[in-house]
Order: sequence, then C-alpha cells, then structure tokens
Amino acid sequence: MNELMRMLSYHFMQRALVVGVLVSLCAALLGVSLVLKRYSMIGDGLSHVGFGALAIASAFHLAPLGVAVPVVVLAAVGLLRMSQSSRVKGDALIALISSSALAIGVICVSLTTGMNTEVSSYMFGSVLSLSRSDAILSVLLSLAVLLLFIALYPRLFAVTFDETFARATGTRTGLYNTLLAVLTAVTVVLGMRMMGALLISSLIIFPALSAMRVCRSFRAVVICAACISVGCFVAGLVASFFLATPTGASIVVADLLVFGVCSLLGMRNIH
Amino acid sequence: MAIITAKDLSFAYDGKTVLEGVNFALSAGDYLCVVGENGSGKSTLVKGLLGLKAPDGGSIVFGEGLKPTEIGYLPQQTQLQRDFPASVGEVVLSGCLNGLGRRLHYNAADRERARMNMERMGIEELADTSYQALSGGQQQRVLLARALCATKKLLLLDEPVTGLDPIATGEMYNLIKLVNLCDNITVVMVSHDIHAAVRYATHILHLGHRQLFFGTAAAYKESAPARRFLGGGRL
Repeated sequence: MNELMRMLSYHFMQRALVVGVLVSLCAALLGVSLVLKRYSMIGDGLSHVGFGALAIASAFHLAPLGVAVPVVVLAAVGLLRMSQSSRVKGDALIALISSSALAIGVICVSLTTGMNTEVSSYMFGSVLSLSRSDAILSVLLSLAVLLLFIALYPRLFAVTFDETFARATGTRTGLYNTLLAVLTAVTVVLGMRMMGALLISSLIIFPALSAMRVCRSFRAVVICAACISVGCFVAGLVASFFLATPTGASIVVADLLVFGVCSLLGMRNIH
Repeated sequence: MAIITAKDLSFAYDGKTVLEGVNFALSAGDYLCVVGENGSGKSTLVKGLLGLKAPDGGSIVFGEGLKPTEIGYLPQQTQLQRDFPASVGEVVLSGCLNGLGRRLHYNAADRERARMNMERMGIEELADTSYQALSGGQQQRVLLARALCATKKLLLLDEPVTGLDPIATGEMYNLIKLVNLCDNITVVMVSHDIHAAVRYATHILHLGHRQLFFGTAAAYKESAPARRFLGGGRL
C-alpha cells in the first residue's frame, strides 16, 4: 500500500493515470464499433501515420500533438473512404499507407536528429513523455470523445448493426462513419504517447474482443469492454512501475491475459 | 390515392441500364410480390424505393403522407449481423431510429412501441436473449418487429424467407399476411418463391431487366410471363 502511495506521489504517474484511464475508456468504446464493422485495421494504419506525423513534427521542432491530430484525422477520413470503395483493395491500401508513413517518419528522423529517446518513446510509448499541456489537451479531447459516444449511442448502434437499414430510415450513415473515424484518430494520437505507435491498436481491439467472448448484448459488451480496458491499463501501469517493464507492452500483456480468460469463459458458455 | 406510384422508372449502373419501363401503383393495404430471376433488377428496385439509389429516369411518388424514411425495411441478412452481439430488445428498439428526430435517446413511447411489436411477433420473452443465439426463423421475426417499429404504412421485405426451413417459412408468411390484413400495412416483398407469391399477394410485379407483368395475382396466374417463369407448369 505504501508502495502504491509512493507511485502516486510522482507527478508524471498522476498524469499518466488520469490521461490513460480516459484514453483507455475512449479506445474501448470506439473499439467495439470498429471491431464489429471490420475496421480494426484502420486503427493500426492510423497509429503508423501518427508515428510519421510525430517524427516529422519533432524533426521540425513543432508541437507534437498539434501536428499529429490533424494529420491523423485526415488520414482516418481517407482510409475510411478507401476501405468502403469496392474498386480498390481497401485492406491492401491501408497496409501500404501505414508502412509508407512509418518509413517516411523513420527517414525523416534519421536525417535530422537521429534515433533519439524521443522517437523511441513514440514507437514503444513512455509515461514520461507526457507534458502538462499534452495532459490537459488529452483530458479535454477524451472527454469530448466520451460525451459524443454517449450522446449518439442509439445512432451508433444502428449504424454498426445494420448500415443499410439505418440509411433506409434516413440516418446519415456517412456522417456517423466519418465521426467514428475522426474520434478513433484522436484517440489513437492521444494513446500513442503512452502506448507507442506499435501497440496502440491493441488498446482498441483487445477489450472489444474480450468482451464479445463473454457478453451477449451490445450494451453489455460496451460496458464490459470499458471496464476491461481501464482495468488492464491500471494493472499494466502499476506492473510497469514496480517491475520496471515498458508501460505499453505491460498493458498489452495484461489485455492478452484477460482475453485468454474471457475466451475460456466463452468456450464454457457454449458447451 | 395511391401510396406508391412508379412511373417509367429506370435504373442504371455506370451508364448501363439494368431495369427500365417500370410502371405500377399500389393502394394502402395492397400486398405486392416482386418476382423475377437473379439479376433481373429486383434488388435495384428495392434500393430505389428506399431512396438508396437515384432513378436514372422516371419517378417514384409516395402518397398518403408516407415519407421515404418511414418505410419498414427488412434487408437480406448478412453474415455480419448473424454474429453480432446484441440482444433482441436492442435490435427491435433500433427500428424506432427514424422517430428520434432531434432527440438523442429513445423514450418510454419508443420502448413501448418496441415491446408491442415484439409481442405481435411472439418474441416478447426473448427480449433479453442474444440475437446471435436465435434460430433463422426467430431472427427474421426480430427483424420484422424492427421494421414494424419503423413504419405505420409500408413494409419492404427483401427475400424474408431465404434460408428458413418450411415451418419457419410458413410462419413468416402468415405473420406478414396478418400485419397486412390487421393493420392495413402495405407490403412490398421481393421473393423467389412464386407459388407463395400468388397465394399471399394481391398484386405481382414480374421483372426481367424490364417490367414483364404488373397486375393482380389472379390475372398473373393466366399470364404468359408466369407460364414461362414456371417452365410450362401451372400455378
């Protein structure tokens, strides 16, 4: 208990905890819709675009979030359009764009500052990288994501479950899909600082998949995913503090363990 | 006054016409079956009626105060829906979406409407059950209840009995006919099953890239398209 109090006495840990809990919550809520709509790859693609944007921002000494948020939002809208277009192979294009963005980011960094710790923290995440202004912006943006999700819940459910029906009854599905992509983009960029570009997509996908193993209604899946996400984040953060393991990776391992347990529970329910 | 009037309707994809010369009018309480072979333009007509695809020529006019967004639509099932984690209650309630207007969430009247439609479809006790755990026939009844939440006047059903066993198929047809007769809801159904079509429907529209027949079911039985469609057999 004393050890936990000591952990919480550090300012960077307090910041990481507050921002992390909010971002995990956003990621889990959006993740349910993304996984069910078969958009999981978009989250992964966005994180690589986000890495490219952060690398370029740091090379030119620009505000990291100020550059990354708009770039990734634009990329999200673009990726969504591509994955909906039947003319091009959407998933192949996402893979193409994400690796290109990663490559451009890496080259940009190696030509200017070299592979310093800052860039490594974008790749694998770090709780130390969060500045005070970043933290405030993160809190505001994630609260906006949460409020929008709760306010539009019935519409998001309809668009996720049956897009044709929603469109036939006069719902502007294009608008809600775009909104979903934009909110995901914001969440990915916010989460990247802590989780790292390579691990952030798991924050979106794991809780939704775990919850879907054990829950049978949409509302239950959403609530369960939110709890799993926050729980795994806190567990991973605490573990990383005491075991000196990387934060992002610890959180992913916590998510993996929960996914394993949920899969076992789900299998027992079927038989 | 007619509830739907289609006049010289035609549809094209990339400039290539797939359906043309469609003319029909339905009054409130009519039951229209749209028949035709695969690729004859049935699904295109459905999209046109729902306003999901703009006609290439001609017009669709809705009467009796019906708005295009107030059609109760039962889509063909996709694999995506079948493994979707949602309870029956949640799915049926989502049919009230077009009544939300500026409201953000469903109110007590919406919930009552959903409950009433579940009762009518005999699935009230399944409200908390998972949609994916249901049989094919039960899933279709859930989607029919959802469609009924979305409309008071017109149901548009796209192959509602595909993949159902004979008993579930019969139950589904009876439920649709019941709604048609008791609530005076106009039904437009796309179907492969021509024998059931002439038994339940009041009107038949036969498509084959153009309109081959439109008229009452009784007149259709004696028509040339019906005989050709059945390969010489009689209805």
